[in-house]
Formats: sequence, C-alpha cells, structure tokens
Amino acid sequence: MGALAGVATGAGVLAWLAYSDEPVRREEAVVRRLPDFRVPASTMHPVLAVVHGTQPEAMVREAIGRLGGMGRFVHKGERVLVKPNVGWDRQPEQAANTNPEVVGAVVRLCREAGASTVWVSDVSLNDPARSFARSGIQAAARGAGAEVRLPGANDFVATDMGGSLLRVWPVSRFFHEIDRVINVPIVKHHSLCGCTLAMKNWYGVLGGRRNQLHQDIHTSIVDLAQAVRPTLTVMDAVRVLKRNGPTGGSLDDVAIGNTVVAGLDEVAIDAWSLQLLGLTPDRVRYLAMGQERGLGTVDWRALNWVESQVG
Amino acid sequence: MRLVPLKLRTLRRWWAVFFLALFLFLLVVTDYHRMQGWQTSLLLELDPLTALGGLLTSGTVYKGLALALIVLVPTLLFGRFFCSWVCPLGIMNQIASRLFNRRRPAQEQERNAYRPVFALKYYLLAALLVLALWGSLQIGLLDPIALTVRSFTAAVLPALDRLGAPVHLHPPVFWGGALIAGLFLAILAANRFMPRFFCRVLCPLGALLGVLSRRAPFRIQRDLDKCTDCNKCLRHCQGACDPHRELRVAECHVCMNCLEDCPEDALHYGLARPRSSAHLPIDVSRRRLVETVVGTAVAFPMLRSSVSASTVPTAPVIRPPGSLSEDEFLGRCIKCAACMRVCPTNVLQPALLEAGIEGLWTPVLVNRIGWCEQYCVLCGQVCPTGAIRRISVTEKSGQPPHAQPIRLGTAFYDHGRCLPWAMHVPCIVCEEMCPTSPKAIWYEVAQVPGRDGRPIELKRPYVEPKLCIGCGICENKCPVEDLPAIRVSSVGETRSTTNQMLLKGSSG
Repeated sequence: MGALAGVATGAGVLAWLAYSDEPVRREEAVVRRLPDFRVPASTMHPVLAVVHGTQPEAMVREAIGRLGGMGRFVHKGERVLVKPNVGWDRQPEQAANTNPEVVGAVVRLCREAGASTVWVSDVSLNDPARSFARSGIQAAARGAGAEVRLPGANDFVATDMGGSLLRVWPVSRFFHEIDRVINVPIVKHHSLCGCTLAMKNWYGVLGGRRNQLHQDIHTSIVDLAQAVRPTLTVMDAVRVLKRNGPTGGSLDDVAIGNTVVAGLDEVAIDAWSLQLLGLTPDRVRYLAMGQERGLGTVDWRALNWVESQVG
Repeated sequence: MRLVPLKLRTLRRWWAVFFLALFLFLLVVTDYHRMQGWQTSLLLELDPLTALGGLLTSGTVYKGLALALIVLVPTLLFGRFFCSWVCPLGIMNQIASRLFNRRRPAQEQERNAYRPVFALKYYLLAALLVLALWGSLQIGLLDPIALTVRSFTAAVLPALDRLGAPVHLHPPVFWGGALIAGLFLAILAANRFMPRFFCRVLCPLGALLGVLSRRAPFRIQRDLDKCTDCNKCLRHCQGACDPHRELRVAECHVCMNCLEDCPEDALHYGLARPRSSAHLPIDVSRRRLVETVVGTAVAFPMLRSSVSASTVPTAPVIRPPGSLSEDEFLGRCIKCAACMRVCPTNVLQPALLEAGIEGLWTPVLVNRIGWCEQYCVLCGQVCPTGAIRRISVTEKSGQPPHAQPIRLGTAFYDHGRCLPWAMHVPCIVCEEMCPTSPKAIWYEVAQVPGRDGRPIELKRPYVEPKLCIGCGICENKCPVEDLPAIRVSSVGETRSTTNQMLLKGSSG
C-alpha cells in the first residue's frame, strides 16, 4: 500500500511539474551579437594605403606601416582572427582564394605586435580541409604562427545580425571568441553582384543556408558589413580573378594585379578595387547602400589615402 | 632470468591485437588529411577471396590484390591462420564470444564442438564463386573484410562522432546506414548463441581458406598414446574443429588454445609424428555441392532478368569519377565502402536497390547530401579492386593531354521550381558554384513583367551540356531544399557509351 501511494504521489508531482500548454518544452535560445572589433580613428594616419610591388610580404608590411603599423590595431596579449577568403578547393595561382603569402604576412605582423593567439578561419564552400590545404593558406598560416580553425557542424551560434534583412543567423563561434578581426579578402569577379571584395567576404562568417542570401544579395552584403566591423582590412590584389568568378579554375581568368590595399573603410577599399575589374561604383549597388548606412565612403579620393611602390 | 620460449597462443594473441589495431589505424587514416601515402586498403588487398572473385569476373588481379599471396601461400602450409590471427571481424567475434560466454567448462566444450551446419559456408562460397564466374560479384555481401570496413564506415565511426569523439569535422550520414549497423550488431550478438557464429557458419573467406588449408603439413596433431580423451582441448577451441577427435583441418584456425588446455601435453602444432591421430576432410557432400552449383547457375539468369542500372540506364545511379562501365563496375565492386569513408563531402552513399539487386551497397552519388569535389580523386585511390580507377586530377578535370573531363552525368533545370524561372526571384547560386571554366551554367539577363506589370530584370540560368561534368555542387547548394530546382542525372556519363543524349561530332 505504501509503495502504491508513493508511486501515485510521484506521478502526481511529475505531472504537476511537467504540465504545459505547449506540446514541446523549448529552451529560450541564447542569441548573441558580435562585438565591434574596430580601434579608435586617428587623424594622424591615412585610412587607405595602396601599395604596388611584387613581394606580398613587403607590400603588406608597407601598407600596414603607412596606416600606423600593426601596433595600432593589435595590442599585446590580444586574440586576433584573420579572415581570408578560403572558399574553394583551388591553388593560389587560380586566384579563387586569398594569396597565402598575404595571409602569412598579416599573421606574422599580428605576432610581432604581441597577439597572444592568431586564428585563421573561414566557412568554406568546397570541403574546408581541402580548401585550406590546397589554397596554401593552412601552411602559410601555421608557418607564420597562427592556428587554423575549421568550423565543424557544432561550431555555429545564433547571432543577431541586426540588419534590415538579416536577423538571427548562425555565425561561426570563433568570431565570438576573439578581440580583433582582420579582413583579408581578394579581388574577384562575381556574376550576380559584379564583384566579391571586402564587404562580400563576410558571407564567410555564416553557417546555415546562406545560399538564400543571393535572393537579395546587395542588402545582405550591406547587412553583413554592418554586423561585422573589422579592425583592419587588407585587400589582396596580387592576383585578380577577372571572370568566371568566384570559382575561376583557369589561369586565363587570372590577371596579375601586384597590389595590396590596407585600410579602415571597407566601402572605400571596395570602391578602389573596382577599377581592377573594369567596373564603376554606379554598377555595384551595395557600395552606395553601404555609404547610405554610414559604413564608409564610395569616393575614396576624398579620403586621406596614400599610394606607394615597394621592391 | 630464465628464458621462457614464447607460447604459440601468446604469439597469436599479440598478432591479433596488432592486426586489429592496424585495421582501426588504417581506417582512421583513410581521410584526406591523414592518408599521407598509407596503404589504407591493405587488409582488403590481403583478402584472397577479393582477388579470386575479381579474377573470375574480369580476368585480372588488380594492383595491390596481388598481396593476397601473402595470405594464400602460408595458408597452404600452415593452415587457416588468417581467421584468428589477422581478420578484424574474426578477432572481434572472438572477443565478443569470450565476453558473452562465461560458462562452466562442460558447457563451453559443448558449444565449441563441431556441428554439421558449419558446412553451410562452403556452399555459400560455391554459390558466390559461381555468380562471380557469370560476372556478378556478390562476395562483398559476406566477405568479412569488406563487411567490417563497410560497417565501420557507415555505422561505427559516425556513431563515435555522435557519442562525442570527433572523427569527422562534419559527422557523415549514410543511406540505409541503420541496416548496415543492424547487421553488424547482429553478427556480434550471434556470438552469444554460438561462439564465432559468423566465422564458423557463414564466412566465405573462411571457407576458401579452409579449402586451401586442407593439405597443410603444419597442423594441430594429437598423440594417441598420450591423449586420455578428457576433451579439455575443446573448451577454448575457436574454430570448433574437434581437436579431441580426428581434427577437422579446414575448420581449424590454428588459434593454439588447445595446446595450452591439454593437461597431458598430447597436442602439438607441426608435422605429424608416428602416433599422431588421423584427420578428417572437409564435411561437404559432393551431391549438395553439385546441387548448389546447379541451383545458382539456374537462378542467376533469372536474377539478371530483373532490371538493373546495367540493363536500363537509371537516372540516380551516378557512379564515382573513374568508375568502370556499369557491367564491369558490378564485376569489380566488393561494396567495402572505402570510397565512402574517404569521400570529403559524404556524397558517396551505399545504394539500396537503385542500381538493382546486384548493386546493393555499391557507391552512388546523392547530391542532396554532398557533391563531387572537382579536384578530388580519393575514391579511386582507396578502391582496392579498381571498380573506381586510380585517376589523376589532370585526367578528371580534362587538362592536357586529356581532351575531355570525366563526366558523372548532366545537370537539368526544373523550371517549375527554379526561383528565377518560376518565381521571378534572383538567385543563380548554381552559377556561382559551378566549378568548370568556362562555367557550364550560364545565364541570360531577361526583362520580365512582374505581377504589377512593372518590368523586372532577372538572370535566368541555363546548362551547357557539353561543359557540364555532373559534379552536382549546383544541386547540393540549390536553396530549394527538399527537391532542388537543378538536378543531376547519369545521362552523359563518360563511362557509358549508351547512356548519352547529345549527337557526337560537329556539323559545319
């Protein structure tokens, strides 16, 4: 009898605790926002440095040096994430991914500035292991003292992008575990929006079905650029993918650009890069949209910019 | 310190531990990053049944399959050692038998005595070899190495991911994987009811090695003068080969347990001595063997009259790059799933009945799950039998001196589902993903009237069939999730001369 009463009481308590008007118990999802990775603006230094040459390492050093040196952006003990474009299972010569020497140079500068940790990460479109290995970025990053972080299936966290189109999306958790972010895109042709440059490179923070973003590609690019504010942008134009982008595949699609652009204004950097693809700002809608949102200036000539040649 | 000669049983145990560890190691390194030149298919290649099956179907011993001689020749001399010394499934079955069967000595002796049902494996072997002779390779269904690699690929390793031990960056899923897992668990569980059930009753490789070991001069010998008929030698006998009576040589795994269990020192392994007992031949009746062979020979043409991908080209039967033509492919593929283990995108899936009954568990591409990475040729590197040829990236992508890339099929638009075609929504993700240069997917810029009559500018995609390689990345990345608006079917595949649609050659 006692046992029976015990079971009945237990069942009653359980039913009382578990009773719900909802068919399924759901935890309140934790939605995070990305921090602002920028450093304070400085009137002492230019916001855009264009460097021509043939030695990627020297060009990157010169460009960042012109902006005030890496010490201005990365402070001792900070954790830095370097975000190249490593979308594709392609070799460096095919110019579908950021030049590995440019990535290596950025990593080395971060290390020299005293960064405690440097991660190199991207959300690739081809198999990530193959993309990082064959782009040469894995070897360059490791050689320069960075750790390559490939996001796995469980490495995405719900993040409020705060955009007009993009609200809560899964974002690679590595971007939430870092103090500074350096954007290292490459100049490439892209059929739907004309070009993929610095702002478009933020597609690579997203997981989920990001291919839906093509349905309103300009708004998504601007939303992403608004959600991820990098510390610094280093544009690789050593090789330029002129057509058949963003995948390329043939050396006929590649032109030699021999240029690196570093800067703090993604809109201006993108606007500058257009000339390498034979485009003008009026043909790339997301640039004007970015300027409207206050993300930067399309007319890069109006900014404090410098141009130089090394080697 | 006194030097004790190593007991043969101890040697066998270390040997087994080594080979089980080697099997697991090679399976784990069957991966883009870890392969680094390892002979990942070594155990599959050591398997004489794979070599013999392929020899019967296609007249060749392909590359590494010649390694089977390393197992075959010693078996002729030393007996069926493979089953308890090398075979990963045999060793796992043995461990399972020991775990499940802690019994009193009399019961264990009874469980390890020979039974007539053990002869079944010889008839199965005969049936499988007759099928192979007719061109249908079905040994992989039961071959223990292929079965174990398949089970670990499709069931055990992915399960480890889900239990929290990350083996893969993205835990793979497999079409009908639960069936493969269930059969594997059933094989292990069967040891609860009959120790080494699979090895003793079903294993066609064990049967083949048994036949080969029939005249092995080195074997377990029983001294008739010393033996007191205590039957203690039966207790841990792995092959159930009756060492207490006239030994059934073909059943004996030379596990050496009986040597240690004999209190009278009446057993030894080696050549016969003057007072050694006689031995029994294989327990196969000639009449039943003939029945089996004739039955298979009669049933086979009926099997072939059922529709398969080799008789009627079948849209979803898209084979890995470098695969032989369907007929030849089915004559080489042992369903080991090594290709599925190494595939970086999980696109290779074990077929159920898509390719016909003979094609069960052979690899097909399911582009909803993955796609064929343009510069990846790993499946051909690990294929032990050459069902998928060992091609280079140059050959696959059609760079000189190769005139054409290897095509797996052709992509087709479903205009009723494609966003720009059916719903005036911009998209062309497929065009972005298309890896060929120039891209096989191109688009026209169209002005179309919207619902309110105002013109909308849209990019509407097309496939250029001469450029499409059928890799399926367009299908995989299409935002129309459940049934993509662009889908690849096998037509146009390089490996087939008949499954084509375009007129070859060019006019004026």
